[in-house]
Amino acid sequence: MKATPLSNCERRFILRAVEERKRLDGRQCYDYRNVRISFGADYGCCIVELGKTRVLAQVSCELVPPKPNRPTEGILFFNLELSPMAAPGFEPGRQTDLLVKLNRLIERCLRNSKCIDTESLCVVAGEKVWQIRLDLHLLNHDGNIIDAASIAGIVALCHFRRPDVSVQGEEVTVYTPEERDPVPLSIHHMPICVSFAFFQQGTYLLVDPSEREERVMDGVLVIAMNKHREICTMQSSGGIMLIKDQVLRCSKITAVKVAEITELIQKALENDQKVRKEGGKFGFAESIPNQKITAFKMESAAVDTNDVEEQAEEIITKADPPSEVSAKPILHTPGTAQIGEGIENSWGDLEESDKEEAVEEEDESEVTALECQKMETEDTSTMKETKKDEPIVLSDSEEEEVVILEPQELPKKTRAQTNSKQENTSKKAFNKRRKKKRAA
Amino acid sequence: AAGAAGGAYWVDSQQKRYVPVKGDHVIGIVTAKAGDVFKLDVGGSEQASLSYLAFEGATKRNRPNVQVGDLIYGQFLVANKDMEPEMVCIDSSGRSSGMGIIGQDGFLFKVSLGLIRKLLAPKCEIIQELSQLYPFELVLGMNGRIWVKAKTVQQTLIIVNILEACEYMTAEQRKQALAKLSGN
Repeated sequence: MKATPLSNCERRFILRAVEERKRLDGRQCYDYRNVRISFGADYGCCIVELGKTRVLAQVSCELVPPKPNRPTEGILFFNLELSPMAAPGFEPGRQTDLLVKLNRLIERCLRNSKCIDTESLCVVAGEKVWQIRLDLHLLNHDGNIIDAASIAGIVALCHFRRPDVSVQGEEVTVYTPEERDPVPLSIHHMPICVSFAFFQQGTYLLVDPSEREERVMDGVLVIAMNKHREICTMQSSGGIMLIKDQVLRCSKITAVKVAEITELIQKALENDQKVRKEGGKFGFAESIPNQKITAFKMESAAVDTNDVEEQAEEIITKADPPSEVSAKPILHTPGTAQIGEGIENSWGDLEESDKEEAVEEEDESEVTALECQKMETEDTSTMKETKKDEPIVLSDSEEEEVVILEPQELPKKTRAQTNSKQENTSKKAFNKRRKKKRAA
Repeated sequence: AAGAAGGAYWVDSQQKRYVPVKGDHVIGIVTAKAGDVFKLDVGGSEQASLSYLAFEGATKRNRPNVQVGDLIYGQFLVANKDMEPEMVCIDSSGRSSGMGIIGQDGFLFKVSLGLIRKLLAPKCEIIQELSQLYPFELVLGMNGRIWVKAKTVQQTLIIVNILEACEYMTAEQRKQALAKLSGN
C-alpha cells in the first residue's frame, strides 16, 4: 500500500509550530514521550511503547557450533522487522532503505558495543556455543522507531534466561527450566539510542520526533550511549550539516535522557522479577490495559407508525388535485405548432430574429387544422417576455435547479451561489442551459 | 422505527479504515495531476479521481488552482468496489455548497470514523462546547480526516488534541478539561 501523502498544510503547520517551539502533542523540545515497558509470560519477551510507537522484542537461544574464526565466543543474531500493521507504507518482503538503516543501527548499538559477554556463552570451545537471537517487530509506527527498538532490545536481553548447562569432561548436560532455574545473560552495560530531529538547516532540534515531525525534518542524529556516559555509536543521516557545538549539546542531552530511561528499565525489570517470585500474575494480559471507546447515545425519536396508512389517505384526499396542464396547440406558421412551453433552443437565441421553436409536432397538424384559429395570445406574450429577461425555469425539471454558469464572475474567492436569474443582454455572456428531453 | 415485523435497523460500527461510499463528503489530499484529472488520496484502497471541471465555475479555460499536496473537500460521485472512486466538488445543481479547495493554513489530522459520526450528529455537544472556547474553522471528512484552523498555532493545537482525546473521554472528563482550558 502507498503511504498516506503529507499535505502542504500539515507541513507548513508543523514547521510553524517548530519555529514557535510548540509540538503537536504539547511536549517541550527536549521531552520524551511516555515509555511503557510490559513483559510477556516467557522470559525474554517484552513490548516497549514510546508514545504510540510499539516494538515487540523476543529473545531465544539455541546450541550451535561456533564460527570457525571465533571458537570460544557465542553468536549473536539481531533482526528488526517492520510489520505491515505498523504503517500503510510498509509492505512485507520488501527491503526498504529504512529497514536496512534500522537494522544496521541496532547491530552497531548492541553488537559492536560489546554489551553482551559472548565468552560466557561458550559451552564447549570449538564445538558448542549458545546462539542468542533477538527478534524485534515494529507493531505501530508513530515516529522514532530506533529508540523504541533499542530499548526493547536491551530490555529483552536483560530479561532473558537461558537454560543452565553443566559440562563434565566430554558430557554436556542442558537442564530444563524445571530441573534448574534458567540463567540470565551476562550483560556489561545497557546502550540506548536517542534521536534528534533537525529543522531549518539545524536551527531547531527536537528530541524523540513523532511520525509527522519525522516526515518534515531535514535530518536526524542518533546517539547511542549507556548510563556511564560512554558513546556506543553515533549516526547522522539526512545530509544535514552539524556544528561541533550542536553535537556536544546533543550528547549532553543524551546523557540525561539515557540515565532516566535506564532507571525506568531497572525498575520495570525489578517489578517483573518481584511479581514472578511472589507467584502473582504476569504477562501481557495483565500489563496491557484495555482501552474502551465511550459510547455516545443518540436521542432516538419514537415514530408511531400505527395509523400511517390512514394518515396518508387523508392527506391524499384533502389535497388539491393537480392543475390541469392546458395543452392547446399554438400555430406559429403553417406546419409549425407548439403544445405547452418547450425548452428554449440556446443556439443563437439572443437574436430576436431566430425565434423558431425547436419542438415540432408530428401528428398535430390535424389538430392544428381544426384549432388553428385559436391563438393563445397569453401564451405567446409570456413567452416573449421571459425570453428577453430571464431563462425559462421549468417547473417539472428533473434537476433541482437550472444554474447558469457565468465565467466572468469567477475571480471572486468567496463561493457565492450563482444567480439562476441573470440578464443575458450581451452576446458575450455564454449561457449554458440544460436541455431536457421530453417524453414523446 | 421497529415494528412487530419487518423492522429496519441501521447499525454503525467503529472502525478507522475508510471505505468510499457514494455521496460521502470527504477530505482528500492531491497526489498527482494527470492531464485533466487530479488524483486524490482519500484513505481508501484506491486513489480517487477528480476532474478539474468538477469545481464551481470551472471551465476549460478557467482551471482551478490546485497543487499537489493541497486539501480538497468534495463528495463521491462514484464509489463501488469495481471501479476507481470519482469525486466532485459541486453538487447536482452545480453549486459548490462548501466544497472545494481548503485553505493553506490550519492543520489536518486523522481520527476514527465513529468519532466523525459523533461530531456530525446534529447539536453535537463537543462542537458546541469547543466553539465557546475560541473561534475556529472546522471541516470534517467522513474518511476520518479533520481540518482545523484557529487564530494561533497554540489554539489550533489545543483543539486538535481535544478532538483526538474525545475518542476516549467521557462527557464529564471533557467538560473538566474544557473548564480548565477556559480558566487559563
